[in-house]
Amino acid sequence: MLKPTAPTPDHAGEPPLNPPPGPSQLFAAFAKAGLMGFGGAQVWVRRALVEERRWMTERDYAEVLGLGQVLPGPNVGNAAVMIGRRFAGLPGSFAATGGLYLFPLVVLMALVLLWQEFADDPHVAAFMHGLACAAAGMVIGNGLRMTGRLRPPPELIAIGLASTLAAAWLRVPLPLIVLVLGPVSVAAVVWRGRRGARA
Amino acid sequence: MSAVVWDLFLFFLKLSLVAVGGANAAVPSMHHEVVELRGWMTDASFSQGYALASAAPGPNVLFVAVIGWHVAGWQGMAASLIGFLGPTFVLAWAVAMLTQRLAGDARMAALRAGLVPVAVGLILATGLVTGAAAARGTGTEVAVAVVITFASAIFVWRSRFSPIWTLLAGGLLGLVLLGQ
Repeated sequence: MLKPTAPTPDHAGEPPLNPPPGPSQLFAAFAKAGLMGFGGAQVWVRRALVEERRWMTERDYAEVLGLGQVLPGPNVGNAAVMIGRRFAGLPGSFAATGGLYLFPLVVLMALVLLWQEFADDPHVAAFMHGLACAAAGMVIGNGLRMTGRLRPPPELIAIGLASTLAAAWLRVPLPLIVLVLGPVSVAAVVWRGRRGARA
Repeated sequence: MSAVVWDLFLFFLKLSLVAVGGANAAVPSMHHEVVELRGWMTDASFSQGYALASAAPGPNVLFVAVIGWHVAGWQGMAASLIGFLGPTFVLAWAVAMLTQRLAGDARMAALRAGLVPVAVGLILATGLVTGAAAARGTGTEVAVAVVITFASAIFVWRSRFSPIWTLLAGGLLGLVLLGQ
């Protein structure tokens, strides 16, 4: 019925992939991403899996994250379960999930217990304010970086921008955005695939 | 296990499967239930807990652990985390099984590819919303905040260096320029 949508290989312009990881490698990669994950662990998971360790292509990761986004729960948590399963089954899912949450949980509980000590320190507040600005920029830059490497056709760029505007500016509830723009986007992918097949 | 621990577990279990968009999307429901209906936390400690969870590394979903800990100590923390993450783990596992089974199916391929622009668009939106929230203070501070956010976005977009450098630089700039 449908022809493949991508005319070039998945990893065009990217170095070749490394062999799939086992549970302990998954745990280590997600633990690092979780611990570094200021302002969005997703940024660090992508960096670890796609750019540093080369276990997944940019497109592959983006697709898993897309599924993780439409499922309930944190998108990066869902991605950890799905990526862990693919590489190492149930132990892989537990290893990736455990790595993602364990150390940040320890740090967070330490902060909760110690917070009163330095909650009123203006230096801490100023540092955290600057960090929050940089983290927001990091999330934006990461989105732009993914887009650049995925090289989407114009209609998909338009759908992506529409999602951004709907969520950030119009404050449309997220399930509604997914329910309306998701099918439009899938239709656009199918349309592009058919057009490519005829050409 | 005390009644309140069980209550926490059930509350987060119910919230889990409607929390499309993660913990951030569910924060208004949590506030309604935890602060307004049950009085488990005050408004101030709820806000402070949320700020801590956002500032700390790792997924923001760990905010549910802070709520659980406030309400019922370590048991409450475990109950709220397991309640909130358990169902999503099972669902993501089942969906992963389905997608792997249908790996060669063109409809599944179209679905997966079609969700990508929406997901990336929503990631950009998250960055814009948190960036706008961080652009606060006096006129100068707002300008500094916007410059840090903008410069960090360009750095992460165009360079291969680790974003840890832009986070560190942002924090230090904040310390010098936002600390009045």
